[in-house]
Amino acid sequence: MENHIYELQYAIDTFYFLVCGALVMWMAAGFSMLEAGLVRAKNTTEILTKNVALFAVSCIMYLVCGYAIMYGGEIFLSGIGQVDADAVLGEFAEREDGFRGGSIYAGASDFFFQVVFVATAMSIVSGAVAERMKLWSFLLFAVVMTGFIYPMEGAWTWGGNAVFGMYTLGDLGFSDFAGSGIVHMAGAAAALAGVLLLGPRKGKYSADGKVQPIPGANLPLATLGTFILWMGWFGFNGGSVLKLGDISNSASVAMVFLNTNTAAAGGLVAALATARLLFGKADLTMALNGALAGLVVITAEPSTPTALTATLFGVAGGILVVFSILLLDKLKIDDPVGAISVHGTCGLLGLLVVPLTNSGSTFSGQLIGAATIFVWVFGASLIVWGILKAIMGIRVTEEEEYEGVDIAECGLEAYPEFTNS
Amino acid sequence: MKLITAVIKPFKLDEVREALSEVGVKGITVTEVKGFGRQKGHTELYRGAEYVVDFLPKVKIEVGVDDAQLDGAIDAINKAAKTGKIGDGKIFVTTLEQAIRIRTGESGSDAL
Repeated sequence: MENHIYELQYAIDTFYFLVCGALVMWMAAGFSMLEAGLVRAKNTTEILTKNVALFAVSCIMYLVCGYAIMYGGEIFLSGIGQVDADAVLGEFAEREDGFRGGSIYAGASDFFFQVVFVATAMSIVSGAVAERMKLWSFLLFAVVMTGFIYPMEGAWTWGGNAVFGMYTLGDLGFSDFAGSGIVHMAGAAAALAGVLLLGPRKGKYSADGKVQPIPGANLPLATLGTFILWMGWFGFNGGSVLKLGDISNSASVAMVFLNTNTAAAGGLVAALATARLLFGKADLTMALNGALAGLVVITAEPSTPTALTATLFGVAGGILVVFSILLLDKLKIDDPVGAISVHGTCGLLGLLVVPLTNSGSTFSGQLIGAATIFVWVFGASLIVWGILKAIMGIRVTEEEEYEGVDIAECGLEAYPEFTNS
Repeated sequence: MKLITAVIKPFKLDEVREALSEVGVKGITVTEVKGFGRQKGHTELYRGAEYVVDFLPKVKIEVGVDDAQLDGAIDAINKAAKTGKIGDGKIFVTTLEQAIRIRTGESGSDAL
């Protein structure tokens, strides 16, 4: 009888992982719609191409070598499908705390859940470099980012490996539940390196330093994208509990869903109010960024805060993201969708508030972890972007940028009946 | 005969059309246009940065009228299009040398 219960627990935890992975996969749709909404109509086809292609590239590269670098095991995932049911039941029997012990699930489900996180990190980059980067340079960067740069820092954090054999982040009190730093800040660091080498879109900053807004083409799409991301985030954070099949873990999953949702709500309201106070208008795009900021902040630790604390964490993210976007514009760092502020600045905030509710982490550990992730991803990305820039260039020509990268890169307009150049 | 060209606020178009019908105008031509006058453009806001929209959307209506109808038509447009706020638009009147109805070949005031 006990073995039957264990088989069921294995099944339900594997199933939970797969469903959450599918939810996170859907975040790729969210990023696509958000980005398609916030760029101009003439750059829509290209940003969509980037989003679908980066997702596919991420999945293949993580399969080829990324997962092996991050968690050990064989390249090409060889052997991941083999499960010896009797040996697994043996593992269950040996667990010290029995039915409530650590989760045991199919290795293939673990890969499926992890691979969609890589794609999320890479999706963050595409928005920040939108409307001016060459498609193929971007995709080549995606190969290196998802096959090597991200798996390396993933190995030091969730993988538990020492950083180049020097120090182990877990021992220093570093904790990042679902990846405010490991996924979101890492994606933003790679994006920042790309944007610095790429330069702002033509016409974004006038000679006297003023910001010339370049309004997005389709705010309904941007709003839909934000809602899709919000929904996908339940898989992102909820799945990161890693187990559903006992009372305390399923209660933890419920709390994570609740906190993830309320942090997004807090972030949206805070960003909307901040924008209203600063600009005198209810700025929709800032509100959308605010919801995502709240989600990024809570991602580092959605299980220990109370519902009220989680809301306040979201509020902090929503306020911070508005000021971060304004600051980046002052520095002439052109980020069309606000990805660096949402995922980078708020990812860092998310890491730093973890010790407030999780006694297992320390501020010093969080700082060292954040610095390690940022320095590695930013530095490695800068080198890769630099090499690409030297070999094949990373930016389209001025004329192509004016005409739109849809025609230049894809030969196809997104709305051929509405735009004629 | 005169040609009245009026540039008005788009939301006033229906009222102007009705007012002109009441004074016996049989047909008008409407074009969506953009432009600026003393109102200049207006400012919009995107992600915290203001920008100026130089040309505002307006509706241009063109009406050919008999000399006897002119004052009534101008008065109708004036009353119907007026909000009293900046940006109400303008009315121009030019001499119309000839008018021809294509279907019947009528010309002059009969063709209006």
